[in-house]
Amino acid sequence: MDKRWYMLTLVGKDRPGIVAHVTHALYEGSCHLGETSMMRLGTSFTMMMMVQYAGTANALQKVLQGEAESLGLHLHIDSIEGGLHHHHQPDVCISIYGADRPGIVAHATVALTEAGLDILDLTSDVGGTEAAPIYIIHIEGRANEGMVALQSALDIIKKEGVETQLTPVDTLVG
Amino acid sequence: MSVDIIKYPDKRLKQVSAPVDTFDFKLQGFVTELEKTMRAGPGGVGIAAPQVGCFQRIVIVDVSDMRKLPANSSNNGCMVLINPEIIEWDGMTMGREGCMSVPDFTGNVIRAEKIAFTASDVQGSQHEFNSEGYEARAVQHEVDHLDGMLFLDRLVSRRTDLFKRKIYKQI
Repeated sequence: MDKRWYMLTLVGKDRPGIVAHVTHALYEGSCHLGETSMMRLGTSFTMMMMVQYAGTANALQKVLQGEAESLGLHLHIDSIEGGLHHHHQPDVCISIYGADRPGIVAHATVALTEAGLDILDLTSDVGGTEAAPIYIIHIEGRANEGMVALQSALDIIKKEGVETQLTPVDTLVG
Repeated sequence: MSVDIIKYPDKRLKQVSAPVDTFDFKLQGFVTELEKTMRAGPGGVGIAAPQVGCFQRIVIVDVSDMRKLPANSSNNGCMVLINPEIIEWDGMTMGREGCMSVPDFTGNVIRAEKIAFTASDVQGSQHEFNSEGYEARAVQHEVDHLDGMLFLDRLVSRRTDLFKRKIYKQI
């Protein structure tokens, strides 16, 4: 059977050893990892992994089911196209931060998308204290309609009381 | 005619190159070929001899053809640097880097913002240079190749942009 690509999503309460146990089980099950994102969000640990496997989604589920259950992880599998070696390089990065309140990400991303931003990577964190939390967003993307359009969008977002920074990404190729 | 670029994981990219001690026509011919290879690459602003399988301390940096050279960058034109040695570092900045020897991947790297360095030209005469901004990053990237270092050895997390490291540690 030809190898197929799957996207595995695992989420559960964080504890030491999750990455090692999960990736070892995949290796023992003859799975091949592609690009992955593994990080702690709040008290949860989240994993999204491109996995290449010569079998069905049900068979892949069985490879990992025991380990996922013993670690208390929810497992979800989607069939995907794969597509390694097709990175889109960002030409802009944007930082936005301010006092946390509902709608910061929505307002910012809607305005930036309308200004031509193609988001390639977005991470956000909540810092500060429980009494006075701050929200911090970091975006990398492609400015399809230029920097001026993005700066105009950020100037509008700023009026909502957040700080913004727009920086071109001049990728050096040596 | 350009020369083939060696690509990681070719282990030769991790070796330290030897100083040049003979400045002759052969060296001049090699530098000409190296420059052609740099200009044949997509967006390449620099190249180091080890990238084409010559393990001698030779690099070329030229940011003058960049469509939009960042305003804070110096521009010394086309620099052929034989036995380059960085003698002063000042400040630090994070920038995105890729490499002809590492296709389809770019990452964030911290570099000194300003540098002073010495190097010989193809005739063997020594010169001193000052670079800053984008050009300084290009010089540091290429000099790293001479010590078997790739930008992959200096990657920093994408999540650290807002909270830059306070110490630039030489590896």
